[in-house]
Order: sequence, then structure tokens, then C-alpha cells
Amino acid sequence: MAKVFIYPATSLILSDLVARFGHKPLGAALGIRERIQTAGVDSPPLQITPEEPKRGLKYAAVEVPSGVRGRMAIYGPLIEEAEAAIIVTDADLAFGCMGCARTDELIIFSLRQSGIPILELKYPSDEEEGVQFVAAVKKFLDGLPKEEGGA
Amino acid sequence: MSRKVRIAQLSCGPEYSGVQKEIYDAAEAVDAEVFFPDIALADVERGVDAFGLDVRSADLKLMIARAMALVEGKVDADGVFIGTCFRCAEAAIVRNELRRYIHENSRLPVVSYSFTERTTSGTLLTRMEALTTIARRRALLAREEQTGITMGVDSGSSTTKAVVMKDNEIVGTGWHPTTEVIKSAESAIADALEMAGLTREDIQAIGTTGYGRFLIGKHLEADLVQEELTVNSKGAVYLADHQRGSATVIDIGGMDNKAISVIDGIPGTFTMGGICAGASGRFLEMTAKRLGVDITELGPLAMKGMGVNVPMNSYCIVFGTQSLVNALAAGSSREDVAAAACHSVAEQVFEQQLQEIDIKEPVIMVGGTSLIEGLVHAMGQLLQTEVVVPPHSQYIGAVGSALLASGFVKGE
Repeated sequence: MAKVFIYPATSLILSDLVARFGHKPLGAALGIRERIQTAGVDSPPLQITPEEPKRGLKYAAVEVPSGVRGRMAIYGPLIEEAEAAIIVTDADLAFGCMGCARTDELIIFSLRQSGIPILELKYPSDEEEGVQFVAAVKKFLDGLPKEEGGA
Repeated sequence: MSRKVRIAQLSCGPEYSGVQKEIYDAAEAVDAEVFFPDIALADVERGVDAFGLDVRSADLKLMIARAMALVEGKVDADGVFIGTCFRCAEAAIVRNELRRYIHENSRLPVVSYSFTERTTSGTLLTRMEALTTIARRRALLAREEQTGITMGVDSGSSTTKAVVMKDNEIVGTGWHPTTEVIKSAESAIADALEMAGLTREDIQAIGTTGYGRFLIGKHLEADLVQEELTVNSKGAVYLADHQRGSATVIDIGGMDNKAISVIDGIPGTFTMGGICAGASGRFLEMTAKRLGVDITELGPLAMKGMGVNVPMNSYCIVFGTQSLVNALAAGSSREDVAAAACHSVAEQVFEQQLQEIDIKEPVIMVGGTSLIEGLVHAMGQLLQTEVVVPPHSQYIGAVGSALLASGFVKGE
């Protein structure tokens, strides 16, 4: 079982796919709701304190906005832990989205830099693409080691 | 118990910056509640398309859609707080455009702020208080004439001012540097009463404002304890005799600066800044000291000089002072240095704060620094307009407080 970072981290569908094909999804255990009654689309379920943006200094310099550093304090350690990643770009908001585009850029860059296997997919726009999308995810996940520490 | 004032929050990044609690706490302190306009996810993209600002961050898209819901009346609010991360360019564009959009298309008071993880509820308090005052006390803020005998006390970071008013006239003034807050206020009050030929017993209502407003208000058992944003707006249009229509009020204070876009004497949008002391009255005090003149002589001195002859960057009070010392050592005249200091402060207020509000004429400068002629001149040059400095402008907060306090005179 591999630890697979998912992007968007808030995508429950992606999280479910990773788990269904026998791996551990790394993301925000948080679904995007139909109605938004919180401060942001990906409001954190836990209480973030001003300490998080300071911890985020490990991943982004001090001149980077506090919101980016606060997010990186959450996602940075998950990226370090990840053994593989699935990145879905141009996703519909309802599929899962993250509030800050600058953090998104940094997360995707950090994943690409990490050297782990990555599947990058464009969000499907019709049913046929949807089928291909799921097939590509399945193929990628099947290729990852199932046993802990195994090949 | 009065209804809580409902402040709609439009923001990007406060939770992940760890400051959402500070926003809640500031609102709670002024008996207001912050809420997030409830909209459907499906409306977010639609709203962004209709607004026409193509941003990438989903939370900025959400801000736009929520602002549209407020303006279109789909969501009720008494005021709007717009907050985004400091140093985020994409967010700064959205913050600025939404502030303008709401101001132009609704009567909702708006305050915008860029926060860091170090932002505290104390920093936000005055802004939240102003928002709630505008919502809660519209009737009081509509007052255009002072009646009875009232007193206003402005306990500022540098100086404490007191004004006694009687039947719409200023009959006594007092001014003291702020050292011990209550003692300074008592001294200013004693001077104002003496000048008015009145005693404390003659005063029918008291209003307080400024940093020390709560302490002084409690000490004097004031009828009105009010933040300086609404009080100064009211005082400025009253003294400038421009109570109706649009105006812009600029107050460069000892510790922070206020820029307020006013409609009918009530703030529409406002900023309150004070990150760098180089853009404050304190820098001009230091300049005067270094030039060996009294602060009252700095303005006339600056008017004789040419600021462009001296390179000065006072974004920080330390570096600004260094530029000043270097210029004097290189043989620059005191007049040129004084003019450069005034221009530098005016330029920073112009660049950092006046971009956040809509400048509408007349531009009224108030507060102690409005007496520094060179500063007013520099501001006028930057804004390409003639800046109005009303009589008694240095007593602005005290006058505004005395004016508003007359709403508490018995029989009113």
C-alpha cells in the first residue's frame, strides 16, 4: 500500500478512488459542499493558529503570504510523506478545489520536485473522458507497490 | 439589548493565517457578529463571469460571488469586512476592486484590511467599531449641529485635545502632550474649561475618542465613547462646512493614519494604517527636532525649500532619519530637508493608503499634522487638488465628539 498525495487535496472522489484501489490517500479529509457557509471553499476542519504560518516557513519564505504558509504547514509534511501523487488540473469546483492558487502552484511544484511517481490528468469534460480518467487512475495505482516496503 | 450588527466577511486566507479567531474576537468586542454570505457553489463561477475579473484562486472567486450577492440584496448585512493576505498581489487586486464595487453600488460601509499571522483583534478593533457605529448610530451620525454645552476629549497617541462647545460654537480648547492618559486629559480639559469660562458642572454631555477613549470615557463618565474614524469624519465635514455630499478626510496621526471616503458625513470606505513610522507625524517630529526647530516651524520652513533637492526614503523611520542626516551632512539646506520630509510622508500616505479609498473632492486634512503647511502642500501636489484645512483642524476628534455628544443632551 502506497501513500498517494491527491490534488486537489479536498477531492473526496479522488480520495475514494485511491482507497478503493488499495492505497492510502493523503489529502484534506474535507469535502466541497454544495453551499458554502464558511470563510473559504476549503475551510480547515481544525483550528489553525498563528503558529502554522510560522511552521510553513520550512516550505515558503517569509515574504510569501501567511495564507500560503499556513496551508503549506498542513500539506508540506504530507508531500514529504507521499510515495506517489495524482494531480488533476482544471477540475470543476465541485470535484474538489483549494482556495489559494499560489499554494496550488507551490504544492504541484513540490510534488514534481520530489521525484515520486506522479500521474497528471486533466479533469474530464464528458463521459468518455471520464471513463478514460478512471482507467488511467486505476492503471497508475495498480502499478504502485501494494505491500508495505514491497516492490 | 440592541441587535447585533451583522458584518459580512469577504476574505481569502484568514483561517490558514490563523487569524480568523482574531476577527471573531474584534467583532465580539463591539457586539457585532461576523458571518459568511451563504451562496451556492454553482453561483461562484457565474458570479465571477458576470463580474469580469478572471482570478485563479477559488477563495477570491468566492469573495467576488459573495460581494455580488450583497450588492444585489440576496444577502442582508449591516457592513462589510474585506480581508486578504498581506503581500498577495492577486488578492490585493480583488480586495481593491470589491471595495470600490460595493461602495459604488450599495450603501454598505466597507473596511478592507490585509493581514499577516501577527494581526490581532486589537488591531482590528477600531475598524470593526467604526463599521458597527455606522450601522448602529446612523441617526446620531446624521447630526449636523451642536446644541447645549458639550465637551469632547480626544486622547491620541501623541497629544490629548479637549474642546468645549456651546450652541454650535467652539468656546474653549485645550491641548497637552499625552504622557499619563488621565492626567493629560485632565490638563487639556482644565484649559478648555478655563478658556470657555465654564465649570465641569456646566457640561451637559461628554464624548471621548482616540486611543485612550475607553479609559477617559470611564473616568469622565462620558455619554459617548467613540472610535476616531466616524468621529473625525463628522468633525471634518462639520468644520469644513461640507456636511452633505462626498468628501475625503485625511488624518496623518502620531501613530497611525486615517484616510476616509465620506458621504454625507458618514464614512463609506476607510483605511487605517500605521505599519511604518516613516509615514507618520512622528517622523515629522523627529525631523523638526533634528533641524532644531519647533514642530510648528517645520511647515513654514518646508514651504521655503525644494524637496526634490534631497533624496529621502522614509519608509522606515530609521532610514528616513539617516537620509535626513546624510542630506544635512552633504550641505543640503534645512528648508530643502524639511520640504523633503513633508513630501516623503505625503507620498507614503498617498501610495499606501489613498489608493485604497476613492478620492472625492473636497480633500480635507485634519489632525495636528494638518497645521504643517509643507505637508498639506505636498499632499495637494500629489493629489493635484487644493487641500482644505478647516479652522480648529488640530482638534478634529474633540470637536467631532462634542458635536455628537450633544445628541445626549437632555431634551434632545
